[in-house]
Amino acid sequence: MAGPGGGSSDVQWYFSQVKGAMDDDVAEADIISTVEFNHSGELLATGDKGGRVVIFQQEPESKNQAQCRGEYNVYSTFQSHEPEFDYLKSLEIEEKINKIRWLPQKNAAQFLLSTNDKTIKLWKISERDKRAEGYNLKEEDGRYRDPNSVTTLRVPVLRPMDLMVEASPRRVFANAHTYHINSISVNSDHETYLSADDLRINLWHLEITDRSFNIVDIKPANMEELTEVITAAEFHPNQCNTFVYSSSKGTIRLCDMRASALCDRHTKLFEEPEDPNNRSFFSEIISSISDVKFSHSGRYMMTRDYLSVKVWDLNMETRPVETYQVHEYLRSKLCSLYENDCIFDKFECCWNGNDSVVMTGSYNNFFRMFDRGYRQDMTFEASRENSKPQSVLKPRKVSTGGKRKKDEISVDSLDFNKKILHTAWHPLDNIIAVATINNLYIFENKMN
Amino acid sequence: MFTKGTKRKFSDPGEEPASSGDPGPAAPSAAARTLSSSYSLQRQSLLDMSLIKLQLCHMLVEPNLCRSVLIANTVRQIQEEMTQDGTWHIMTQALAAAQCPADRLVATEVLCRQTDAAAQAGQSPKPFSVVGLQEGYHSEEVVMEGDVETEVTMSSLSPLSPQLSSASYLTGPFEVGPCWEEEDEEEDHSESSEPSLMSEHSRHPALEELFSDVDPSYYDLDTVLTGTPKMGPYDLLESLSSHGPTALSSSSSCRSDLNELDHIMEIIVGS
Repeated sequence: MAGPGGGSSDVQWYFSQVKGAMDDDVAEADIISTVEFNHSGELLATGDKGGRVVIFQQEPESKNQAQCRGEYNVYSTFQSHEPEFDYLKSLEIEEKINKIRWLPQKNAAQFLLSTNDKTIKLWKISERDKRAEGYNLKEEDGRYRDPNSVTTLRVPVLRPMDLMVEASPRRVFANAHTYHINSISVNSDHETYLSADDLRINLWHLEITDRSFNIVDIKPANMEELTEVITAAEFHPNQCNTFVYSSSKGTIRLCDMRASALCDRHTKLFEEPEDPNNRSFFSEIISSISDVKFSHSGRYMMTRDYLSVKVWDLNMETRPVETYQVHEYLRSKLCSLYENDCIFDKFECCWNGNDSVVMTGSYNNFFRMFDRGYRQDMTFEASRENSKPQSVLKPRKVSTGGKRKKDEISVDSLDFNKKILHTAWHPLDNIIAVATINNLYIFENKMN
Repeated sequence: MFTKGTKRKFSDPGEEPASSGDPGPAAPSAAARTLSSSYSLQRQSLLDMSLIKLQLCHMLVEPNLCRSVLIANTVRQIQEEMTQDGTWHIMTQALAAAQCPADRLVATEVLCRQTDAAAQAGQSPKPFSVVGLQEGYHSEEVVMEGDVETEVTMSSLSPLSPQLSSASYLTGPFEVGPCWEEEDEEEDHSESSEPSLMSEHSRHPALEELFSDVDPSYYDLDTVLTGTPKMGPYDLLESLSSHGPTALSSSSSCRSDLNELDHIMEIIVGS
């Protein structure tokens, strides 16, 4: 079902839906902090700064219009994490959901892992659309009947009821991280998962909450020597012994858990030598990797640093096989971006279903797609103005030279408060979810 | 020819490019090492900005460790370059000369590096220690470059003086303080794998009492390592007046009747 992605000229992207409040005044709690499709693409989960998880479900395709994909509507909303207070350090622990990862579906219920800075929770989302009536020992309102008053027995009957979606926390994995959790990743064995904070990575079993194994520890004995932190980590999609983690110095380490219990020594180190022409005081900061994602095939991985997206072949450590400039025009603005802290923004990236296109966000509510096969890149904007149903997304362009063409936007006009950090691509179809600060946009494409 | 992992090694000053910033300073020519004034201004303001950002870590709920590390690395990078230029030394001397007595007491710290010198033997020289700017106290601290072993910080002008600005916070890498070291405390107390820290604790139980009501953000790893606690703004007063020399470095007895600033001056002069 996954078409050739956004690359060929035959394919166009259309606005489908937007979720979230319409007003310009953004409540802090509504800021979207993570977006994730489940493995079938039927469910789309978002987490926000207020600790809530909202799950959207795709309606079945309407029979009238075959080409028209089902809409995503709210399926379940629940409070995943609450703010906590660490009394020892007199510090608050934010309830912001840093990551959501779905478990592969095993039965009727859906399971997902959600995490804030310190605690990971396993949530079960189950449907209830039937209710049993006619119990022998209970009245309809739940009160117990006096057993002596029961003279006949009957078999309870299942009657339909309004669909109720319940979310219940099944496991709480707490107290294993001193530093802030930035990543969680479910293993392909479907039994274990990893959680990574700034300095350590832990391996958990989904059934066991009171202990985890530390598999990576880069904390120096003397914290004064700390110069590098872990920024992201992910399990390989089909090799259950392999995972990668990225660092603030722009390196990615691939580790094999079979080699030793503590994977402090990497199996492979992926690092591209710095370009001496571009070196500046900001070189290290912009080389810091904000996201790492394996391709679905497991052959490649993609990293996002501040200005670019790089695709690496796992067999070649010396340099990436592809590099895509997301917003190279910002290179001359690094000082301002450092001043307003934008240089520390952590952009994520994602693959499409067949690994032919990669996508990432930028500023001014722009997001970018790079078609690896057709060698094309596109820039689109997620904005209310382009939000008419089925309206085509017009490609956007940032003018870098002196002359600004019509419809182009100059670098100085970019709104750096409007940033798209989180994007997700449906695993099997050309539907994308793009999160602005507090809105979720859903776009889809069609062949002409 | 690329060498693997060459990142920001400023061993060859000739190759160093201009820092990419908005006004686009004139890039110093590779051959001549004369720094254009706009470049050094740029660099100075970058240093100031970075130090302010680091200090703001105190205020945040839970500072972002990655951000702090990146900023600290940037500061160190600037410091290294300025040290090579010789401008670092000039700047600190200028700061020292320009200081005048503070109207109100500001955060002052005395750190003794004598005990730590051996521990740092393997490290590159870190002539300065970062001192925290406490927002609301309207203070700045000037660091004197004294002997390698003894570093003393003292109060200085109001923060509005642009020349001084926050260039006075210098670093040894992680003494930027509680940004991330504080997070460490919890596990340091519980982990037996770091006996050195535990022993430091037990060696100075009196200090715990001394600072039991001090904001824990002042009591960081650095304190434990050196055996000398970082003090909050008014703690020095208390310690000078009521407690023994435990809080002070190589200086002998406290002289509570002395003006605090004079006292610090004596330490500097004396060292």
